[in-house]
Amino acid sequence: MLGIPLPVILGQLTLGLVNGSFYALLSLGLAVIFGLLGIVNFAHGAFYMLGAFAAYIALQAFGVNYWFALILAPCAVGLLGVLIERLLLRRLYSQDPLYGLLLTFGVALIAEGFMRDRFGSSGKSYPVPEQLHGVFHLGFMVLPIYRAWVVLASLSVCGVTWFLIERTRLGATLRAATENARLVQAFGINVPLMVTLTYGAGVALAALAGVLAAPVVQVSPLMGSSLVIVVFAVVVIGGMGSIGGAILSGVGLGLIEGLTKVIYPEASNIVVFVIMALVLIWRPAGLFGRE
Amino acid sequence: MRLRTGTGMVYVSLGILALIAPLAGVYPVFLMKLLCFAMFACAFNLLLGYTKMLSFGHAAYFGSSAYVTGWLVTAQGWGTIFATLAGVTVAMLLGLVIGAIAVRRQGIYFAMITLALSQVVFFVCLQAEFTGGENGLQGIPRGSLFGLVDLGGDVTMYYFVLAVFVLVYAFIRRIVRSPFGHVLRAIRENEPRAVSLGYRVARYKLLAFVLSASLAGLAGSLKALILGFATLSDVSQGTSGEVILMTLLGGSGTFLGPVLGAGIVVTLQEYLSDHVGAWVSVIIGTIFVVCVMILRRGIVGEFAARFARRRGAALD
Repeated sequence: MLGIPLPVILGQLTLGLVNGSFYALLSLGLAVIFGLLGIVNFAHGAFYMLGAFAAYIALQAFGVNYWFALILAPCAVGLLGVLIERLLLRRLYSQDPLYGLLLTFGVALIAEGFMRDRFGSSGKSYPVPEQLHGVFHLGFMVLPIYRAWVVLASLSVCGVTWFLIERTRLGATLRAATENARLVQAFGINVPLMVTLTYGAGVALAALAGVLAAPVVQVSPLMGSSLVIVVFAVVVIGGMGSIGGAILSGVGLGLIEGLTKVIYPEASNIVVFVIMALVLIWRPAGLFGRE
Repeated sequence: MRLRTGTGMVYVSLGILALIAPLAGVYPVFLMKLLCFAMFACAFNLLLGYTKMLSFGHAAYFGSSAYVTGWLVTAQGWGTIFATLAGVTVAMLLGLVIGAIAVRRQGIYFAMITLALSQVVFFVCLQAEFTGGENGLQGIPRGSLFGLVDLGGDVTMYYFVLAVFVLVYAFIRRIVRSPFGHVLRAIRENEPRAVSLGYRVARYKLLAFVLSASLAGLAGSLKALILGFATLSDVSQGTSGEVILMTLLGGSGTFLGPVLGAGIVVTLQEYLSDHVGAWVSVIIGTIFVVCVMILRRGIVGEFAARFARRRGAALD
């Protein structure tokens, strides 16, 4: 294919799959929050960064290992999300949704500035947990076990979340509240509490992605700020609010990005945005969205 | 009538202040920077304030125009005026392309699309040859006005920038008060109704977008000439956020709001960045939160609303 050896292509596709599973996990949280709250959570990248830092700080200060951090960090950051929803976002539901976007943008700036002041802009490295040391020999490339674990873990979490929302009673209530919150409330369901917990859960998903990413990328205060824009584009391509669309387009775009790195490396940063523009011209509601 | 004379007084006093400020010892480069960002915010306000289109990527037009002007002056030896016009043209074309895609969606979708496409511009500027990559363009000369007036001196340059600013400000006022501006406000208030009245809403929005992008480009070109450099930060997401904050803080949908907002934000940055480091970002974020939570009309908007309410009470 284009004179590029097949192993190189397969290698980049595998790396693309790793990136894609991060995109999927992040855009899933964004889609869940958007679905119920109607808010585009600009702070998603900041929560991802805070998740990674929570794991880093827990390890440095208290010696908490990776596996506990995988549970504790999302809980801690999710709690922060709950607070933000209760104190700030809640008051904006009656306003134009643009204000939610602007508010979370402000929150992201505060979080990034604060962490930059505390930890500086340079990246910190987080060790790969010893159980996941080593590599798989795939023939065309050497795949670190940790990266395979990232793909497995993210995609399972995505699958479970999809199942919860689309196939269970809880999910049905959630989707009903998206359609008509007042009616669901009239059935005796505490919708405001549900909204708070949904935001917390979406934020926790971002933090989980952060912990998973910590050993792969450098933990730095700005690690989420450009990623969040890519994830926005992924969600727009998938169709805002579509859970399955967010997961599929996340993985798909990761693969396409990987392929672009082989064929035309200069375009790998912008390929997702170009695809977004094309999708919008062809299908303004996104690939899986409904108008 | 009282309100009119009131605003008239404000303009006269602001005008006098602007004319004597450099003579009274205020650092002209700071004033010029302020005017540039005020122009940028006014251009942005044309979209957010009068059409309710939140563009999250306006730095793309500001920065690309700064690069084009800077490159033409430095590497190609163009004159100041033509290089500026070329920069504005590039910003206009960019606004036409991005706007044509973005106006297909509304509200938050529009915001996300403009943000994503401005990121493309950022990466192109990062990788292109002529922008100087990470270093940006340095030492851009100011040149002269058709070889007649040398703009090298800070005070001369200041009066040139002030004149351009006043023209742009008057132009935006004229647009907003024209029949075209009324259609824009009709779209802001109720888009489906504007459609049902037979207006081709997408065309109006695109024209507003292109106008705003061009004027943002003009501000960017001037900024490159004033400070003598164009860097990646001019096209970055941070700059897009700043112009939103300026407009929101001062009062979107008011004429003077963006000018006041730009004044506050530029002053804050100028005096705080040396002292507090990364806290600038925390402070700016906090102002964002405060604006959204309790100051949605902005400072000028809040004043105008109070004033109108008091007048209403007096009439009863």
